[in-house]
Amino acid sequence: MAQLEPANNPEHVTIPLKKSSKVKDFLSLMVKSKSVLIGGIIVLIVILSAIFAPLIATHDPNEMEMSKRLMGPMEEGHLLGTDNYGRDLFSRIVYGARVSLEVGVVSVSVSLLIGVTLGLVAGYYGGWLDNIIMRTVDIVLSFPVLLLAIALVAALGPGIDNVILALGLIYWTNYARIVRANVMALKEEEYIQAAKTIGSSDFRIIFYNILPNCLAPIIVVATLGIGIAIVAEATLSFLGLGIQPPDSSWGWTLSFGMKFIRDAAHLSIYPGLAIMFTVLGFNLLGDGIRDLTDSKTK
Amino acid sequence: MKPKVLEVKNLRTTFRSNKKSFNAVDEISFHINEGETLGIVGESGCGKSVTSLSIMGLIKPPGEVNGDQVTFQDMDLLSLNKRKMRKIRGNQISMIFQEPMTSLNPVYRIGDQIGESIRIHEKVKGTKLKKRVVDLLKLVGIPRPEEIYANYPHQLSGGMSQRVMIAIAMACNPDLIIADEPTTALDVTIQAQILELMKSIQEERGMSIMLITHDLGVVSEVCDRMLVMYAGKIVESGIVEDVLKNPQHPYTKGLLDSLPKKGVDKERLNYIPGQVPSPLNWGVGCRFADRCSHAMVKCHEQIPSLIEIGNEQQAACWLVEEGGELDDVSKGKDTTSIRS
Repeated sequence: MAQLEPANNPEHVTIPLKKSSKVKDFLSLMVKSKSVLIGGIIVLIVILSAIFAPLIATHDPNEMEMSKRLMGPMEEGHLLGTDNYGRDLFSRIVYGARVSLEVGVVSVSVSLLIGVTLGLVAGYYGGWLDNIIMRTVDIVLSFPVLLLAIALVAALGPGIDNVILALGLIYWTNYARIVRANVMALKEEEYIQAAKTIGSSDFRIIFYNILPNCLAPIIVVATLGIGIAIVAEATLSFLGLGIQPPDSSWGWTLSFGMKFIRDAAHLSIYPGLAIMFTVLGFNLLGDGIRDLTDSKTK
Repeated sequence: MKPKVLEVKNLRTTFRSNKKSFNAVDEISFHINEGETLGIVGESGCGKSVTSLSIMGLIKPPGEVNGDQVTFQDMDLLSLNKRKMRKIRGNQISMIFQEPMTSLNPVYRIGDQIGESIRIHEKVKGTKLKKRVVDLLKLVGIPRPEEIYANYPHQLSGGMSQRVMIAIAMACNPDLIIADEPTTALDVTIQAQILELMKSIQEERGMSIMLITHDLGVVSEVCDRMLVMYAGKIVESGIVEDVLKNPQHPYTKGLLDSLPKKGVDKERLNYIPGQVPSPLNWGVGCRFADRCSHAMVKCHEQIPSLIEIGNEQQAACWLVEEGGELDDVSKGKDTTSIRS
């Protein structure tokens, strides 16, 4: 802005013009917003522990010590105790962050990509296109999620990548519905009509003019979706379709620990807390970012 | 005579609903000369806005635009494909809307929105683009353009937003601006400023303006010629002064009589009795006949066409055709007996 000549009105020349870039502005706002700060720190902790798992973990996560089975937290150098094979729970949770984070983020991204695109198209064009897309949504929704996921993973072959893909291919319906409803309301706005009168193409109107206006609900649902995906992966892994032993994810550790819930509740509690913590982090972060990107709060 | 920028011949816009269909705009013809301001006047639902959207090619199904010709600079807009039409929109014909506060996208900065209308049609980027946007903001008289550039729409007042809308419309130097009630949502002092602004930009850049309004005051202020529309038809047209001083159609006369007059202290203003008929109930006769104090038998049976009166003035009324006198059209109570 500095290279532009000042306004005609001399009395305004003295007003210092903001020179900071958009990114810098945004970062300084992020630090000010408490929910972004807290959420960001939580997500950062989870990401860092996933990356630096070998440094943080106190034991080899797959090393079994039969003499130290089902130990409680803080016993004999095991921070969170051990499972029924004597494996260190803390180390397993730290390593599990890798899998769970991948499942949550990647499968939600796949869902977003499919759901948001189809929702935008269905809402904007309406008519037969809308009918085809939304009836497909109805069909997908009419199946029990678990059944559909099992069928998909069985067809694709067991493995964590296929679980991610299957979850992505199932949960997109939420986004499609929410986005479609938003687009249908937004496309009647006068500024969309105005965008048409300056010669914007449909593609431009959909992605440049409409999409940013319906980001708020998408962010909220997506952050919650991360938690749902992490738990769904647990179920599939429990059935032997997801992560293959001896590796583990949070969800798998949680469901596995359920067998011992009366004797060693910590086996389920700590992975559960890890999931909760992560989802909370993403939620706070998403919510905060939504508030920040809302032009009216600036 | 100046060349015509836009010529519309027998434009007809049809809407279908449950097998019934009606023409919201029914065979209207008019033209706009270069550098001229044409006012289109009429009450709500008479087809003013539909006319402008038809010209822009923005009528959505179930609406359908027919008609002989909409010629804009030797191009027939009705036969252009979507792609070519998009190139004209914003570049050669642009629009200004009634509600400035809702016509700006809330998630983008003012500068980016004005810039977008340039970027769509021209390859301009970076500081060059910014310079043009700031120049446009100056053109429409916005103080502190660099600051407003980075503002969001909700930070601006209605008058400011409308100036921004005008800047967007002017971004690519169009030959024709369609202004759909640009001052209706603004208060009177801002109205005057906006009209003055449009006038001065027109003098500077020489574009034509099609001004849609229901305010006869606005028409007399800024327009060169005017059309009066009623129920999808043009009932009277001509040079503004002629039409306002010497209205030929009972409807135009009624509109003028219903304006409050200086120095006349009256409890109630004159009005035209009745309501605009629903498009589904347009009979075969003159569509104003039911509300007209001069209505004759013929008026209910046959629809009059526009007749040249002289000096570019035209009116569609049997009375004019038969040389009848026109007076006291709108004395509300007198006409109740005539209404069926």
